[in-house]
Amino acid sequence: MKVPLARIAHCRSGDKGDIANIGVVAREDRYYPVLLREVTTERVKAFFGARVKGRVERYELPNLGALNFLLYEALGGGGAISLRVDAQGKTFGAALLRMEINVDEHEL
Amino acid sequence: MIRIANGQGFWGDWLEAPVRLVEQGPIDYLTLDYLAELTMSILQKQKRKDAALGYARDFPPLVARLAGRIRERGIKVIANAGGVNPVACAHEVRRLAPELKVAVVRGDDVFGRIDELLDRGCEMRNLDNGEPLRKIRDRVLSANVYLGAFPLAEALATGADVVISGRCADAALALAPMIHRFGWRESDWDLLSAGVVAGHVIECGAQCTGGNSQADWRSIPDLANIGYPILEAEPDGTFVVTKHPGTGGRVSAASVKEQLVYEIGDPRRYITPDVVVDFTSIRLDDLGGDRVRISGARGMPRTGSLKVSLSYFAGWKAIGTLVYSWPQALEKARCADGIVRERLRQLGLEFDCIETEFLGVDACHGPAAAPAGDPPEVELRIGVRGQDRAAVERFTRELVPLVLSGPPGATGYGDGRPPVREVVAYWPALVPRAEIEATVEVVE
Repeated sequence: MKVPLARIAHCRSGDKGDIANIGVVAREDRYYPVLLREVTTERVKAFFGARVKGRVERYELPNLGALNFLLYEALGGGGAISLRVDAQGKTFGAALLRMEINVDEHEL
Repeated sequence: MIRIANGQGFWGDWLEAPVRLVEQGPIDYLTLDYLAELTMSILQKQKRKDAALGYARDFPPLVARLAGRIRERGIKVIANAGGVNPVACAHEVRRLAPELKVAVVRGDDVFGRIDELLDRGCEMRNLDNGEPLRKIRDRVLSANVYLGAFPLAEALATGADVVISGRCADAALALAPMIHRFGWRESDWDLLSAGVVAGHVIECGAQCTGGNSQADWRSIPDLANIGYPILEAEPDGTFVVTKHPGTGGRVSAASVKEQLVYEIGDPRRYITPDVVVDFTSIRLDDLGGDRVRISGARGMPRTGSLKVSLSYFAGWKAIGTLVYSWPQALEKARCADGIVRERLRQLGLEFDCIETEFLGVDACHGPAAAPAGDPPEVELRIGVRGQDRAAVERFTRELVPLVLSGPPGATGYGDGRPPVREVVAYWPALVPRAEIEATVEVVE
């Protein structure tokens, strides 16, 4: 079945220059393997579409049941250069929570 | 065990937070983090206008307000409030609270040494794009190295009540009292890593105690009286994150994990001035009752470089807005955007960037936004950035006329023309550690 990522995870996002970072945290440890399988760099890149001009990197933190994504060239230049309302990527995490993931019922 | 609290996550954070941390329960150290990446350039500008300025001006009156209580209870204050003028900051603290002993950490400011460093072959290439600093040398406004925790610990060792630094790593503010009290050494990589992780958790203030927390935020109690974070740090590097009893917010595995992954890069190699930290090594236990314990941090030797943060003048910008109401609010806003762009083109104005956003539709989330349908209103937000101030100035006159001459239903133009602002950009680079010497000075 398809569910939004929000069902099994919460996020916090921020910036480093023109890079947005999204930390994705499993609501329960048992959801971490689902995050690993479903929340891939390719899908995150596709989900944000033209908003992310550069690459997407993923880092794993199994000890926290969390993933860290770096989205390059995602903030219109970043910092004071950026003309965007969310120049610091504060809302990227919330956006990602809408992404649909595939889960088996027994995994929920 | 020592208690280290953080009462300020950035300059502009809640003014009452540090006062409540002191008043509402026991703490030994009060840290205050004032410096975001671009704060230094603003302070540099202030210092150029008035040599007695260039520091976080909220800080001296705050210390004066707390002076009696911190003296009585032996609480030490550690803050990077010094900005680009820590000595002036210290003098102002002493003027307002003469009974306090104040120590200053210097050595981060290399603005006056840029050419000397360049001449010696330190290129300070931009860490993001590899370009050499010479490209923007004549436009540099400030240059500060991120110092580590050891100079701050040395300042605490003078017996000062208040330690003021300029630029230092955010987490160093919390690591310093651990080094000072527990006698940690420069090669204690695991212990230093524990201190950095602890500092990282509390450096954004209430962001680890339930603020800006997406994990069931509606259920987090009493955000109006949110408790700011307190570390209960042990000499073996384990620590508990908590807050004063009876305060609002929540300290939980969720709130602390969100902060742990906030604004980090590769978690296995989190580079700081004091140590390279492995965030995947830590163990987190939610003890309940707003207490989360973190243990097991591992680290690797520090690198041979320090990060230097330069700011430079990068042109001019202005951002204007208009609000369009239902029906077809988005369509009207798009039409207005087209008119503005056409008029700018006809005027022959050139910009480095024109950015249009539709607030209420997809400004925050872009293509990832939830469908907005036909929203009740949309705010059109157009920003331009360029090297020609006159062109940016001209742009600011192109929005308001649309109220009478564009699509129907425009409002929200009450502030008139938007201001033209200077763009100060950020240039991260590295310098050899050996080039930088921090010093500690007690201000009498």
